[in-house]
Formats: sequence, C-alpha cells, structure tokens
Amino acid sequence: MRQKNFNILYFFGSLALFVLVNQFVTGILLTMNYKPDAKLAFDSVEYIMRDVDWGWLVRYMHSTGASAFFIIVYLHMFRGLLYGSFKQPRELIWIFGMLIFVCLMAEAFMGYLLPWGQMSYWGAQVIISLFSAIPVIGDELSLWIRGDYVVGDATLNRFFAFHVIAVPLVLLILVFLHIVALHEVGSNNPDGIDIEEHVNWQGKPLDGIPFHPYYTVKDLVGVGVFMFFFATVIFYMPELGGYFLEHANFIPADPLKTPEHIAPVWYFTPFYAILRAVPDKFAGVIAMGGAIVVLFMLPWLDRSKVRSIRYRGGMFKKALLLFVISFVSLGYLGTQPATGLATTMARVFTAIYFGFFLLMPLYTRWEKTKPLPERLTEEASLEEQIPRLKALYQEITIVKQSIDATGNTRNQRRPNPAGITAVLFRFAKYLKESLD
Amino acid sequence: MKRILSTLLFLLSLNVYASSGVALESPDIDLSDNLSLERGAKHYVTYCLGCHSAKHIRYKRIAIDLQLDEGEILKNVAPLGAGIYDQMHSAMNGHDAEKWFGTTPPDLSLIARSRGSDWLYSYLKGFYVEKGKPTGVNNAIFKDVAMPNVFWQQQGTQVAVIKNVDGHDVVTELKLEQSGQLSPKEFDRLVTDLVNFLVYVGEPVQLERERIGKYVLFFIFMFIILAYLLKKEYWKDVH
Repeated sequence: MRQKNFNILYFFGSLALFVLVNQFVTGILLTMNYKPDAKLAFDSVEYIMRDVDWGWLVRYMHSTGASAFFIIVYLHMFRGLLYGSFKQPRELIWIFGMLIFVCLMAEAFMGYLLPWGQMSYWGAQVIISLFSAIPVIGDELSLWIRGDYVVGDATLNRFFAFHVIAVPLVLLILVFLHIVALHEVGSNNPDGIDIEEHVNWQGKPLDGIPFHPYYTVKDLVGVGVFMFFFATVIFYMPELGGYFLEHANFIPADPLKTPEHIAPVWYFTPFYAILRAVPDKFAGVIAMGGAIVVLFMLPWLDRSKVRSIRYRGGMFKKALLLFVISFVSLGYLGTQPATGLATTMARVFTAIYFGFFLLMPLYTRWEKTKPLPERLTEEASLEEQIPRLKALYQEITIVKQSIDATGNTRNQRRPNPAGITAVLFRFAKYLKESLD
Repeated sequence: MKRILSTLLFLLSLNVYASSGVALESPDIDLSDNLSLERGAKHYVTYCLGCHSAKHIRYKRIAIDLQLDEGEILKNVAPLGAGIYDQMHSAMNGHDAEKWFGTTPPDLSLIARSRGSDWLYSYLKGFYVEKGKPTGVNNAIFKDVAMPNVFWQQQGTQVAVIKNVDGHDVVTELKLEQSGQLSPKEFDRLVTDLVNFLVYVGEPVQLERERIGKYVLFFIFMFIILAYLLKKEYWKDVH
C-alpha cells in the first residue's frame, strides 16, 4: 500500500535503483576491457573509448551514471528531510539509507582511481594521506591502505577489487535491507501523517493504493524523464564542463608532477570544503567524518511532533533553507582553490552545517506546529498546473504589434518588465509567508 | 545585502582575471570540415609527430572518419613507412627526449580534452623571442615551456610587450616583428586546422555521438509520452 499523494520528489527512490542497475550492467561491460595495472590502466580506458565497439557509450553511461547517482541520492535524502521520512517509526530505513550513502561514497572514490588520470591519482593520494593524520597509528594505517609508500600499482589493484566486487555486494545487501525495512512500516507521505487510521470495510487504508500497478506505471514516467536528461548529458556534454569528467583526468597519472589544483569530483566537494575549513589536519578529518556521522543521528536529533515541513514551525523552515544554502555553497567552495576569503566563507558554512543538526533538539522541541490534517491533502497534478503556468506566461510577457517589410502585421510576445517585477514580488512574499 | 553581494561578485571577478596576462583566443573549430581536418593531420605529421606521439589514434581510423582512401592517407598524411593500422607513434624515444629537452614530450592524443582548444590555439601562437632561453623563445601562455617554436619559419618572429604588475613581469601583448613565410591570416588557418585535428583526435567519436543522440532523445521522448498516457489511464479512478 502506498499513499496516493506522492509528488515529484518521490521518484528518486526508484530512480536510484534504476541507476544502480545501470552501473552494474555498464560496469560489468567495462571490466571486460579494462586493465587494472598502473602501466595499462589509462591506455585501456582510451582503448575502450576508441577501439571497443560502443565502448565510448558504455564508459559515458558509467561515468555519467556515477554523478547521476549522487544527484538522485542527495535529492532522495532531501526529500526525507523535508517530509520527516527519517522520523519514528522509520529510523531503521534512514540508518540503512545512510549506510548505503557511505558505501556509495567508498564505491565512487575507489572507482575514480581506476582511469588512472592525474586527478584520479592525486585525489586518491590526498584522501588516503588523511588517514595519516590519526595519532599514533596514522602512518602505518595509510601505508596499509595504499600497500605502498605512494599510490601505485598495489593501490590500483586493491581498489579495483573493492570497486567491482566487495563494495557492490555490500551495497546490494544494504539496498535489499533498505527496501525490506520500508515494507515493514510503509512509506511516509508529503503530509507526514499515518494513513492507517481511516480504513474501509475491508480494513484497507482509504488513502492508500497498491504499489503495483499505480506506482510502477508512474515511476516509469519518472524513469523516462530521467533518461531524457541522462541521454542529453551522455550524448551532448559527457564532461559537463569538467564536473562529471575532470579535464586534468585526461592526463595520465604522473607521481612526479603534482597538479596545480587538486579538487575531488563535485559530489565530494561539500565534505572536502569542510575538511579544508578546519585549520588542523586531524581536526579537519574529524569534522569531515562528523559531517556524515551527524546525519546518522538525525532521527534522534529532531524532536518535533510533526514530520512534514508543511506543518512545522518557521524555525525549522528557516534552518533548513540555511542548511541547503550552506551545503550547496560548500560544494562550490570545495571545487575552488582555498584562498583567504573562500576559507572564511567555508568556515561560516561549516558552522551552519553543524548548527543545523546540533541545535536541532532545541529549535524543534518548542516550535509552534500547525494542526495536522485528518486525511491526506490533494496534490495538484502536472496537468492542473498547466493553466496556472499559462497565466504566468501571459503576465510576464506582453504582445507587441509590428509591421514587417511585406506589410503584414505581426504579433510578437516580448518580456514585460512590469509583469516580471510583479511576479517576483509575489514570489518573494509567498516565500516569506511560507517561511513563517 | 546588496552591498555584500556586489562585494562578493567583485572579488570573484578579480579571481578570474588575475591569473593570466594575455587573454585566450578562440579558434574556429569545425569538426565536420574534413578538408580542414586532413590539413590538420598533415600539419601534425609535419610539425608535431617528430617529438609528440598521438598513440591513441590509428591512420585507419582517420581514413574512415575523414572519408579518405587508405592509399591516399598513407601517401599524403602518414610518414614514410607507416602502415594503415599503425597508431601515430613518434620516431623520438623518451631517453633521447629527456636528454635533449629535459622532459619527455607528452603524447597529444588527449591534449585537447585536458587543455581545451582555446588554450592550444593561443599557446601555439604565443611564442615570442627571449634571449637567454635554451630554445631562444618563451611562451606567453605557458611560461618557460621546454618546447621550441616549431612554426618560426611560417609565423616569423614575435616580440612581447612586458609590463610590471605587482612585482611580476606580465606579458600584455605580442607583436609580430618580422613576418614569416605565411601571412598572419594563412598562419591562423594553419594553427586552426591543427587544433581542429587535435580536438578530433581527443575524441574521434564526437560527431557520431551527437548524430546518434538525436535519435536516442527522440525515442526516449516517445517513451515518455507512452508511459504518461499509460499512467493516466491507470490513475483515472484514483481520487
């Protein structure tokens, strides 16, 4: 049984599964031609890109899939944050989900070494050396992880083993458990209320509908829309301006030449920015780890009586807005060189990041919540919003008549400054009101 | 709030412009221009292949993509003795290169993907005479590069206008002091063709990828419509 008012944010669970399958299939195809050897790895990737039939497509599907996976997972987590899906009784789902997230980061990090480009190499070098910041055992530990004094063939081989079999196995088990845990308690909904209280004569919830066929056909639409964006990136911008495939990674790994600027791939940059924001190396590592650990504790940090943001007080909404701004900003700052100003800004945003979680028991406990509805509220469907969009278009444009060379009158729509200002004002007012 | 924003924007813009003295120029890249690509391939073999390999591309692949006859490409483009299935290997070995230049010239198969076409174009046109350098030249884009100016006969000699900015000597402008065998326009054509070829070599499948992409997107679009109609049909009873 699923609630019937799921909105667009509820697509990302099934999409994550879809991308997982994509990564498995393309990954298996890639291993057929990839060589996990420091001397051959880089060339074998180029061999896949040029000489293997459709190798370029498989490789782009895998590299774009990695980034798409993180976009989807971040949005999936954000959905949980918005509607309180992590709250009692769904703590276990959240914990399994977080474990998946950690596994995914390990998977992506180790997979990124395999092309053996400059950024692969130096990114791994930097991240593994973080372990050496741990007192007493640090140096031995990082040596043990690398299997060599610098990142080398031994590191590449073990990362390959972890990337293609060890971590995917764990990932698969965790995904299974995530879904089993979900089936035990059922999905949350945008209203964050329980639907079991209103049942029909058969004892089935009035607001529930079976997952199949309703959500299988609906998720099919989501998969289609996702594939459209996915294919656009693969066929027209596979590097996505250096964010999905970094430019420096087209240079083979060279242990003697450090790149001018080392930045991890975009999905790690928020945590990388937190690491750099802390002046002490070991403290930085703790902060970076803490930024993830604190997410695990979310179900117990939130003391609010209601789940969904729709019925929460203004404090939480403002805090969440600040949190989103700082997370995105940290992500941007992590891609940039650590200049004085950037470091200061990263510190402020790091403080907000941790503030959002650590102050949560305080600001959610006494906040004034709105009364919960008895039944699920209606969700405006896409089609019902089309007239509204039409009206909006009418408002922000204006018809200009002109006479062209042949003497015909032409009606052209031009942007209407007055209309745009009015709409922006209304939007700002709406935003302000919804934050209270 | 406005003041903070404008300060931030100002600082960001500073960050961008502080890095280099000469702005990068953009060449007119056209991967569908097979004649330009063929000329570029010829230039590559003439001017670059002596030191720089492009080992990820085969002559056969170039012949297929540029719609050239196999005999034609071996006669006109490839160096003497190269076979059609050969990769573009350089005749120079790494040991000698190390001795002569202090570094091994990099393989250029992927240089367009790591550096970008603008950089390559500006770099190749950015050599200027500087006394005291082992090669007699320096480069406005890549300071103290070990590579000599291979186009010195074609381009002529350039001199740099150097200004002192914050205690650093920065090249602000390059001037043609003595013209070479080619006019500036012809020389631009030569460098553009070469960069065009390098962009092609960076990812030979580019055009094919974009061609197939249209059909894939169209197919997915049809799929979305079908899936949406199916969803609507199933959901019409849900209120």
